[in-house]
Amino acid sequence: MHKKTIHLTLNGEAREWSVYPNELLLNVLREQEYLTGTKYGCGIGECGACTLHLDGAPTLSCLTLAIACDGADILTIEGLARDGKLDATQQAFLEHSAFQCGFCTSDMIMMTRALLNENAQPSEAQVRDYLRGNLCRCTGYASIVRAALDAAALEKQRAEPSAAS
Amino acid sequence: MLPTNTHILFHEFDYHAPTTLYEATELLAQYGDSARPIAGGTDLLVQMKMERRQPAHVISLARVNALQGIALNGDLTIGATTSIRDLHQYLTSKLQPPFASLQSLGEACNGFSTIQIMRMATLGGNLCNASPASDSAPPLLTFDARVTLKSKTFERVMALEHFFIAPGKTALQADELLTHIRIPRPPHQSASAFIKIARVAADISQVCAAVRLTRDGNLIHDARIALGSVAPTPVRAAAAERELIGQTFSAALAEKIGKRAAQEIQPISDIRATRAYRQHIAAVIVRDALLRAWERTQ
Repeated sequence: MHKKTIHLTLNGEAREWSVYPNELLLNVLREQEYLTGTKYGCGIGECGACTLHLDGAPTLSCLTLAIACDGADILTIEGLARDGKLDATQQAFLEHSAFQCGFCTSDMIMMTRALLNENAQPSEAQVRDYLRGNLCRCTGYASIVRAALDAAALEKQRAEPSAAS
Repeated sequence: MLPTNTHILFHEFDYHAPTTLYEATELLAQYGDSARPIAGGTDLLVQMKMERRQPAHVISLARVNALQGIALNGDLTIGATTSIRDLHQYLTSKLQPPFASLQSLGEACNGFSTIQIMRMATLGGNLCNASPASDSAPPLLTFDARVTLKSKTFERVMALEHFFIAPGKTALQADELLTHIRIPRPPHQSASAFIKIARVAADISQVCAAVRLTRDGNLIHDARIALGSVAPTPVRAAAAERELIGQTFSAALAEKIGKRAAQEIQPISDIRATRAYRQHIAAVIVRDALLRAWERTQ
């Protein structure tokens, strides 16, 4: 088993990693990049805690080999805010206090971000369906769903400031 | 007990990322049983973490373009590494009759675990994993789908029905790759439906059923019924199908055929459901799928 050098973009910055074939993307992010916003939950694809965006698509980083990410574009929760300004999804989660322990917050936000990229005005049913693979054990989901719906409204407001009142 | 660390992958292996089908089959010819292809990885990496599979060579198919995409050319041909999400989007937006009758496969893709898994997992991976609980297999069985298996030197095509051998075991030889899934042109006046029962939306099925009906006026010209999570492999309910053909459709007939199909299956009791529950619910969902498919043929 040999290390291989790969090149990728992480939160907008070029990176060179030297990884073994059996290293998981999640562990490289947390242990080598010290980006601990992405969480380890179940390790088998059932909880969604390790969700990030890989080439724009919501992806489970605990079931992704780091070595397979040569040339990839990776976005984690740490890369979501732009120029010191929170993303609309982050702002909405903050305003709704859509967390208690906070463990699922980054995956819920990354998932909400992915949903809004596909569908700028989702219905409540669409939000609940899209987040079906992300477990929260404290909030009961109500505030998370409200925050996701409000994030869509907030983003629309930011895009058309004149419509804000 | 097997070790079940899911945080890191202990097992060591060599990683190969071929870019052509020839290279991929050449690697399989070279490494045989000690190699395992990886597509989305959502099954294989879990099995490797649990140390249920320990391939010395992992061959990624992610960069083999010939395995991706969907083409309509007489048959509907689906590349093995097409993601469930891409397949779902194709089936729900682009199909005209008679291929619009493949509704059940769209429904199976839509209910396929989570959005993340739908993005990562592939149709070929779902079939090669050969889980009795595969969501994609029952609809494909009702469409008489065929699979193309390719080695470095040979290519063969077989009915999907013959592809599944046992849980986790398929007809693939160690040097073969599943490259395409072909769905023949469906008959006119046909329609399909898929119903899955699971504890929560993102869970693996306790039972699932797919049916396809072809009508001729008020008569059932042809019928297909397939079920998942009720036997060692996804299965057809052939006797129930035969009892439908040539009959006038009615709710009472759907009820009777649901019960008939439930007699044909061999479910087990496991962590997801008991044998008795599976038998009971199979009758119910076959009935409901028949009613739904028939309504769609109108």
